[in-house]
Amino acid sequence: MRRPGRVAIVAVIALAAALALPRVLYPVLALNILAYGLFAMAIDLLLGFGGLLSFGHAAYWGVAGYTAGLVARDAGAPYPLAVLAGVLAAAALAVPLGYLSLRRTGIYFTMVTLAFAQMLYYVANEARGITGGENGLQGIPRTLAGLSLGPSLSFYYAALPLVIVGYLAAYRIVHSPFGHVLVSIRDNEARAQALGYDTARYKLIAFVLSAALAGLAGSIYALGQRFASLELLHWSTSGEVVLMTVLGGLGTLWGGILGAGVFLLLRDFLSTSELLRDAPGVVTGSIFIVIVLGLRRGLWPALTGLASRLPWIRPAEKTAG
Amino acid sequence: MDYLAVQLFNGLVNGSFYALLSLGLAVIFGMMRIVNFAHGAFYMLGAFVAYLLLQELGVGFWPSLLIAPLLIAVVGMVVERTLLRRLSGLDPLYGFLFTFGLTLLIQDGMRLRFGLQGQPYATPAELAGTVALGPVTYPVYRLFVVVFCLIASVAVWFVIERTRLGMVVRAATERAELTRALGVNVDRWVTPMFGFGLGLAALAGVLAAPMRNVSPLMGSELIILTFAVVVIGGMGSISGAIVAGFLVGVLSSVGAIFDPAVEGIVAFALMAGLLLVRPSGLFGSLDAR
Repeated sequence: MRRPGRVAIVAVIALAAALALPRVLYPVLALNILAYGLFAMAIDLLLGFGGLLSFGHAAYWGVAGYTAGLVARDAGAPYPLAVLAGVLAAAALAVPLGYLSLRRTGIYFTMVTLAFAQMLYYVANEARGITGGENGLQGIPRTLAGLSLGPSLSFYYAALPLVIVGYLAAYRIVHSPFGHVLVSIRDNEARAQALGYDTARYKLIAFVLSAALAGLAGSIYALGQRFASLELLHWSTSGEVVLMTVLGGLGTLWGGILGAGVFLLLRDFLSTSELLRDAPGVVTGSIFIVIVLGLRRGLWPALTGLASRLPWIRPAEKTAG
Repeated sequence: MDYLAVQLFNGLVNGSFYALLSLGLAVIFGMMRIVNFAHGAFYMLGAFVAYLLLQELGVGFWPSLLIAPLLIAVVGMVVERTLLRRLSGLDPLYGFLFTFGLTLLIQDGMRLRFGLQGQPYATPAELAGTVALGPVTYPVYRLFVVVFCLIASVAVWFVIERTRLGMVVRAATERAELTRALGVNVDRWVTPMFGFGLGLAALAGVLAAPMRNVSPLMGSELIILTFAVVVIGGMGSISGAIVAGFLVGVLSSVGAIFDPAVEGIVAFALMAGLLLVRPSGLFGSLDAR
């Protein structure tokens, strides 16, 4: 996989798949998969590489969604600007909340992130004048240079470059010197400190970067839905994206897209079921339990393991190994 | 002034539930290092057991107060023995994720059967009506809840902090290996303590049934607030759970006097402030992290 030729081939195939996706599925679902995939990668950046489980990333996803929606609707900004505003809002919010949450480690950190996200949920519910409360933010437009990107298919292709930028940013962060320090903190924080790294600062930067990526995903999601609601901020959103990440495989980064795809296709299928339409948690909860008990490595390693057994890929694995 | 008094009582009532729930979380966490996300779901199940006992079998409030916690404790012990035990020794985040999945399963499972419509549960006849307390009149049942929860909390505190059983549990909490080396069978206590913690959640659920509608989502917001309470009190600290529970309840209700919007936020603001000045919580030690 390290050989440039192979990387190019995989990239072309992935791009072709991304271009074809809205024709195979319907465009809104296709965009949701891309956005949630990016969201899951943001979680993986923090959890798979930093060892920090945030159960409150709905805060950044949701705040970015509302911000992008407001900027697009009330200021009439073109969609890239609206998305940028969402990213900045999420990152700005992550600085104080990340600082406070990171004062605890391990499972305490998880509980604190969850509690802060719930606080934002309450705040958004109370701030009806801005967020629309229970009704949400409706009729979000998406435009570019006077062009209206009304149809979902047009917007899918308009948003695709932004999503790809997000994917590449996540990849770049993980494979940078910064990413390696992050992994060393995950594996042994005391040692990283002894080596002279300001681990608290590294963790905060990772948190803010992860929140910014979640914000990018959330902005695109809200624009894709043309609607921002309280559900964006709900703890179930935080939980679901963690499920997607673990389902895809922790520390694999690309597994996030796979996890998001499987999860959202499954939920789309469940929504057609008379019985389970209102209670998808029966299925998703069971999946969660099964994964935690028996499939902790996730789907991505299983998939790449399968691929490496194919005869025409095996030689490449050897050269890469 | 009357309003302040009423809100003070309301705060104590809410605080009773926070205290009982965070107490259960603390017991489970202490023993197993697992943060039980499903605590709110078991609280809801407790309320449903009471509701179903009344509807289907005509069993009233008082027997339910005993039967529901016992039943839920047994269910919890089965879950611990068959599933949760497989996660012992792993990173605590897996236990957390497991109980999260369990929450979704239980909540939506109940929703499938009962819908989202809340079911009313009649206040027991002995505790119906109101009583005059100085200038204000207040429902008798709510006063009963406060007194009952206080007694239950103190009883749990006594068992954990002052009895031989509690000593074993605390020793196992702090130094499991050493406790084993001293010849105490630590693992024997894990399953019962998990059941005990869930029993406390179910107890809170039965107490909540006459006050709040019995519905599948009744525990879903409460559990997050309880997490904030636990962080404030100091994770795993028994007295911290009790004090922080009542404190958050009272401060939230009193805060609502100034602006109703404040009520939902007080707990989280308190948590944020405490993280700044004392990250270990009121009664916790940073050592146990």
